[in-house]
Formats: sequence, structure tokens, C-alpha cells
Amino acid sequence: MPSSHAIQVAGVTHWYGDHRALDNIGFSVEPGELFGLLGPNGGGKTTLFRILSTLLPLQQGSASILGYDLGSQPGEVRCRIGVTFQAPSIDPKLTVFENLKHQSHLYGILGRSMRERIDRLLDHLSLTDRRNDRVESLSGGLKRRVEIAKGLLHDPEVLLLDEPSTGLDPGARHDLWHYIRQLRSARGVTVLVTTHLMTEADECDRLGIIDRGHLVALDSPDRLRASVGGDCLTIQSSRPQELAVRIAETFGVTPRHVGDSLRIEQEQGHEFLRDLVAAFPDDVTSVSMGKPTLEDVFIDRTGHRLWGGEAE
Amino acid sequence: MNRVAAPQKVTQAGFPSQGGTPVRRLFWLPVVTLAQRELVRFARQRTRVIGALGQPMIFWILFGAGLGGSFQSPSWAPAEMTYQEFFLPGVAVMILMFTAIFSTISIIEDRREGFLQGVLVAPISRLSLVLGKLCGGTVLAVVQAVLFLVVGPALSSVGLAPSMTFPLTLASAVTTIGFLTLLAFTLTALGYVIAWPLDSTQGFHAVMSIFLMPMWLLSGAFFPVGESGWLSWVMRLNPLTYGVAGLRQTVYAGANLAGESGLPPMPLCLGVTFLFGLVCVGLAFWLTCRRTSTDAR
Repeated sequence: MPSSHAIQVAGVTHWYGDHRALDNIGFSVEPGELFGLLGPNGGGKTTLFRILSTLLPLQQGSASILGYDLGSQPGEVRCRIGVTFQAPSIDPKLTVFENLKHQSHLYGILGRSMRERIDRLLDHLSLTDRRNDRVESLSGGLKRRVEIAKGLLHDPEVLLLDEPSTGLDPGARHDLWHYIRQLRSARGVTVLVTTHLMTEADECDRLGIIDRGHLVALDSPDRLRASVGGDCLTIQSSRPQELAVRIAETFGVTPRHVGDSLRIEQEQGHEFLRDLVAAFPDDVTSVSMGKPTLEDVFIDRTGHRLWGGEAE
Repeated sequence: MNRVAAPQKVTQAGFPSQGGTPVRRLFWLPVVTLAQRELVRFARQRTRVIGALGQPMIFWILFGAGLGGSFQSPSWAPAEMTYQEFFLPGVAVMILMFTAIFSTISIIEDRREGFLQGVLVAPISRLSLVLGKLCGGTVLAVVQAVLFLVVGPALSSVGLAPSMTFPLTLASAVTTIGFLTLLAFTLTALGYVIAWPLDSTQGFHAVMSIFLMPMWLLSGAFFPVGESGWLSWVMRLNPLTYGVAGLRQTVYAGANLAGESGLPPMPLCLGVTFLFGLVCVGLAFWLTCRRTSTDAR
């Protein structure tokens, strides 16, 4: 069944016992696209990732990569995907080269062709001088690079990255995203990446936001932000409940409780801010205003923060 | 073999497109590479050598010296057989078992360290994965058991062991190594079946002390199989009994140890060990083929 989509997911539901980890997820990723799955940890994105990487069985719904069905043609899928897991998958007792050698062999690559590939990748990822070092002696950033190299050895057409920047400092994270962008522009690789970081989500062409097993939003970061509209005001108050009621009475807008603060989306934020502070000078401890971020999109769609904090 | 064509893209400064895609789904290359990894890992963890070879060696010397006086050689054995000599093949089997167990515990480590999930998403047959693990474990086990069978009797020159009555011939050496290999493969497969569903090494230790150690103790390795009573029946139903008996017969090549009240005949030993191994490999393959939530850990 040929498909023009690089990745297609339809009606995927997954249960762990009685717990529904994914509920009727559907989306598609175009060839060459950099697609992000954003959501809190435990929201279901890693489950989806494991289904796509052929580790978990498809319980309900259908999914295919490059037209190959994940349920019935896992072998075809495995030949074409490069996978980088959140947890490291390189053997710490082996050297960088040995790790890549075994990986090559698993994909049927050997001999001179293998050595050339490994050398070129190491060169490209600036790992050449660590070639014969044991992986356990490398820093977190270098280990990640070895993981990436491992996923790229067989020229995959689709790259799946699960929280690739876990444990990386900002510098290494920046480098990593630089590689990912380079890869895509140079090789036209389709990339699916999961993340819980807004800054990373912003790098993607399109985003799917997953919360509690539901796909709550699906669009480009810009359009998602635009969908929230206007400005976002975050108000801190010592008596948020009372203040919310009085704001609703005075201005006819109902603030949203997010954690201890109140949130209001307004077209003309600066005017509203002025009126608000003038009306309740004693109740407003502080107020901040900004253009909507992806976090605002998340709150708008789910009613709660990415990190805990239930809204009412 | 299955070649897969990848789209060719022009590279500028970016990652090199490495020209044609290379993925071939082979069967034996992954087996060899995974087995080789086992050996390299083993060599880099010296403590495993001490655990697998040192402990049985000490067992052999201490139990041999301590229990020697109260040992009555079984009817099938030559009258002058000492306990240490009787115990020698038993300890060799213990080494096979320990080594097999240690190398299959590495499945749990591989799962925890994440290496396993990388293998599971590679386009290899699940049987390649199983055989890779088993071959690696088998080689390690056989090398150590052979080392013991050579070093142990040699200790008689320093007084730590009595001299042995069995002659060392080329034929007995070859058949012994052959049988050790079969038995090691079987035990490694058994270890695999136990280790695969577990997610902690603690769990494995529990299984080891309530299942594997008794299995070894009741295999005729530590004391001879009795003529009657419930214990003799347990021992006769224990597949490892046939492994130990088979090994005794290859060590004493030529001597007729089987018979009326002797050890089970060699063809039976071979058959039981082979069948037991086949069942374990089958189970290991079946377990590995399942795509379950545990694999994703």
C-alpha cells in the first residue's frame, strides 16, 4: 500500500492493563518534515514513540512508516528507521568504534564500506579523536552524539528521536539541534522528535501536543500561538479567588486559574492591563504580559500547566 | 537478503549521503557480532572470571578435602575413585551453569542499560538475537570448564588434589569438549528463558537459589543418584542428571560406566540434553518474538 506520507497514524489507542495511555491518536508526517510531539512526561508520547519504533505492538488503530504497516511489516519498517531512545542504547563497556561496528553488523553493513561510513560519521560529529575511547569515559553530550551516529549508520529515511536532549547542557543541546537541522536540509530525512521543552518544540515545522493520551493540538508552532490570540496576562494576587470574581463582574471576562495565578487572554493587552491595575490596585501583587507562548497554547487546550498545577 | 533503496539527496556542507543504502537483512552476521560483544564485555569485567571459575575451584578443593573420608564410591565407579575425582565433572557442570547464568544475566543488564532496545529495533531475526546471546555464553562457559578440567587435576602435583584415575586421550578430550558445548548451550538457553522476562538481577538471584542450585545439587554432580526413594526419582526426572552422567562418560571414554545399576546410557544422556536444549531455545525464541511492554523498558 503506497503512501505519500512518511509517517501515518490513525486511531491508535493503547492500554497498559486498565490504563489508557493513548486514546484515538491520529496524524501524519510529510517526507522531509521535522515533526515534534510535545507533552508532559507520562502524557503518552513515549508510548506512541515506542509503537512507532516497533517496540510495542499496535493494539488498536493503524500506523505506517513510508507506507509499511507497523503491525504486519515491522522488518521493512526497521530497515528504514533510525531510532534514538531517551535512555542510552550504547554499550558503555565498548569503545565508540566497537559500538558502531556492532550496530553496522546488525544492519548487514560490514568490511570497508562499514569503516568508511563510521569514519565519515565520526568526522562529521567531531568524534574522530574519541574513536577508541570506551563510551563510559565520555561526557553526556558526546554519548548523545554517539547515539545519533548509531541511528544514522544505515542512512535511515525516517529518524525517530525520543527526548534527544535529556541530560544535555544548553550548549550541547544547541549543537544537537544544529545537527538535526543539518541532517534534514542535507539529506531530506524525515524527523519525528518527542520533547517536553517549549524551546525545542519551537524548532519543529509542525507540532502535535499530547496530553493524557489525547492529541489536543496539531499545527505549526506559529499557528498554534496565533490560535490563542492577543496577549496573555498573568496576574499574581494574594486573594486570587475573590479577584477573579471581581474581574469577571467588572470587565466581563472570566480569568482562568492556573496554579496560584490568574490568566487572561486579551486582544489589547496593554489597555486591559492599565484598567486592571487601576481598578484593583490593592489586590494585584504583580502582573506580567506577553505574546502567547507554546505553554499558553498548552494551557489553553488542556486547562493545566505542562508541569503539574491543575486549573479549575 | 533484502536491499532497500534510500532517496539520494545532494549534500552540501551537511551530512554525507553515503551512497546507496546499505541495509541487508542477514542472519549469521548479527549472531557473530552479538556473540563477539559478549566475549569482549566478559574480558573487560575481570570479576566475572573470578566469580565463575574461582568459586567452583574453591568448592572443589574444600568439599573434596572435607567429604573425602565419608565418600563411598558408587557401584559404577572404580573402587579407588576418590570423592574429589567423583566431584570433578560435577564442578565442571557447575562452572557451565554459573557462566551460562552470568552471561544471561547480561540480558537484564542490556535491558537496563538500553542496549537491548537498540537491538530490538534493528531489522534482524529474533532468532539471530537469541543465538548471538547463546553462542557468546556457550563459548565462555566451555572455555572455563575446560580450563578447570585441566587445572583441577594438575593441582595434585601441589597436593591440593589426589591423582586421577581417568586417562587423558585425544578421543576423550574431543568428545568431552563436544559434550560440554552441547550442555553449555542448553544451560545458557535455560538461563535466557529465565532472564528474559525479569527486570532485575535480584529476581534472578532468587530463581537461582530456589531452582538452579537445587537442580545442580540433585543432578548426581554432588552425590551419586540413589537406587530408590523419592530423592532418586527427583534426580531421575532432572534433565541435568543426564548432562552430568553424559559428561562422566565422555571423561572416562571407553570405560563402561552405564549398565544395570550404573549411569544412564550415553545415547539417553545425549538425547535428553539435546531435547532439553531444543525446548529452551524454542522457548527463548518465542519469548523474544513477543512485542510486549517489558521490551520497551
